[in-house]
Amino acid sequence: MANLYINNIYKKFGKTEVLKGISFTLNEGEVVSIIGSSGSGKTTLLRCINFLETPDYGTISIDDNVLFNGENHSKLTDAQIRENRLHFGLVFQSFNLFPQYSVLQNVTLAPKLLKKGTNEEIEQKAKQLIEQVGLTDKMNSYPCQLSGGQQQRVAIARALAMNPDILCFDEPTSALDPELTGEVLKVIKDLKESGRTMIVVTHEMEFAKNVSDKIIFMADGVIEEIGTPKDIFENPVSEKTKHFLQNSLERI
Amino acid sequence: MTFLQVTLFLWEGFKLSLLIFAVTLLCGAPLGLPIAFCSMSKFKPLKYLSKVFVWVVRGIPLMLQIFIFYYAPGLVFNIPISRNINLFFLQNFGIENMGMIIPVLVAFTVNYACYFSEIYRGGIESITYGQYEAGYVLGLTKSQVFRHIVLKQVIKRIVPPMSNEIITLIKDTALANCIMLPEIIMKAGELASREMLVWPLFYTGAFYLVFVGLLTIILGRVEKKLDYFKA
Repeated sequence: MANLYINNIYKKFGKTEVLKGISFTLNEGEVVSIIGSSGSGKTTLLRCINFLETPDYGTISIDDNVLFNGENHSKLTDAQIRENRLHFGLVFQSFNLFPQYSVLQNVTLAPKLLKKGTNEEIEQKAKQLIEQVGLTDKMNSYPCQLSGGQQQRVAIARALAMNPDILCFDEPTSALDPELTGEVLKVIKDLKESGRTMIVVTHEMEFAKNVSDKIIFMADGVIEEIGTPKDIFENPVSEKTKHFLQNSLERI
Repeated sequence: MTFLQVTLFLWEGFKLSLLIFAVTLLCGAPLGLPIAFCSMSKFKPLKYLSKVFVWVVRGIPLMLQIFIFYYAPGLVFNIPISRNINLFFLQNFGIENMGMIIPVLVAFTVNYACYFSEIYRGGIESITYGQYEAGYVLGLTKSQVFRHIVLKQVIKRIVPPMSNEIITLIKDTALANCIMLPEIIMKAGELASREMLVWPLFYTGAFYLVFVGLLTIILGRVEKKLDYFKA
């Protein structure tokens, strides 16, 4: 089992409070989408969960295993932080593929360096993941030869190669041309169907509505509203949520 | 003197130029790396010490630095640099009684290490932080991220500026004649005063041109080899 418990996370950058007490639970197999306007703290939250930022306060646990406790975070060694990161995968808005490596090498690099099996095992699994994202014919291409949508699919395969408990997406389609978002969203949707636990920060309202089990609406560093897609999109309680959704829909 | 005799006579000098070139590159290029890391250090005193050092070394003419390393041992420590100092590895190349090449090698190495360090620093700092983060979230260590992800991208970016410095280096070796080290231009000058032959002075240019031509081809190949990816 891998249930994620986020409890009372605070994060400040200088004097700006970005996260002001975030708590939520994510059960295994669930997909939660985090929506909200820019500057609401969505990305910072995701970065805290992936240990790219250290929260000032709060706890992060997977089942009974407390990965982070704000009371004694200075005690986390580099090795522990790396250990913690392995529970999560992160797909970035700007892909961040390694340009000097082929598609296959991008996917196999980390498992090979961290000795997650024999080279044959790792390559076989990587090929399978690349097939899963539909890029078998691009196996030996370099990132510069791929479209944005293809690059993002490789990034997803790369994250999956480390077999994370929870896969996180930071606005995975925001840097893509509109006609390329579909192929990436489809991959995420397939992952949902295969039972992956995922956290998706997104601006794609329609997508959030269709694949999520839970929607978190964030505003000004707090969770303004949390609920099923039906609750949030059809019966939003908070004024801020209503306002945000109205604006998002108007744009469309 | 025949053309061949002049050529061989000048070649004796050019061997010294090549020696300075090779030693500077082999010692200066690695030495630049710790200097670059110091300049990027989070430990402020080390960072500023390194920045001041680079400022001084890049801020003073190389010729003056050669004089400093030539005279300092005698003036400060009372052990003057003598022509008679022999280095065993040089004797193997038929270069004897060239004690004054030591301060030249030291000055060149220190000077070029500082220039190289700035190229390295620029290259390392130009890699987006997203590349590091992509490695970190996969669970890699800092040193794995640097060695397996960042380094090759840095190398690709620094090849053109490094090529520039390397080409400048072979021509800078002529500065060694300020302390009477008989490099190629000094040798040609000798012919001018002793044999009344002026043309060898201009002929020395051909030596540099051929060598720079070779360097251009080699460095071009390196650049081409890294052309397969964009970074």
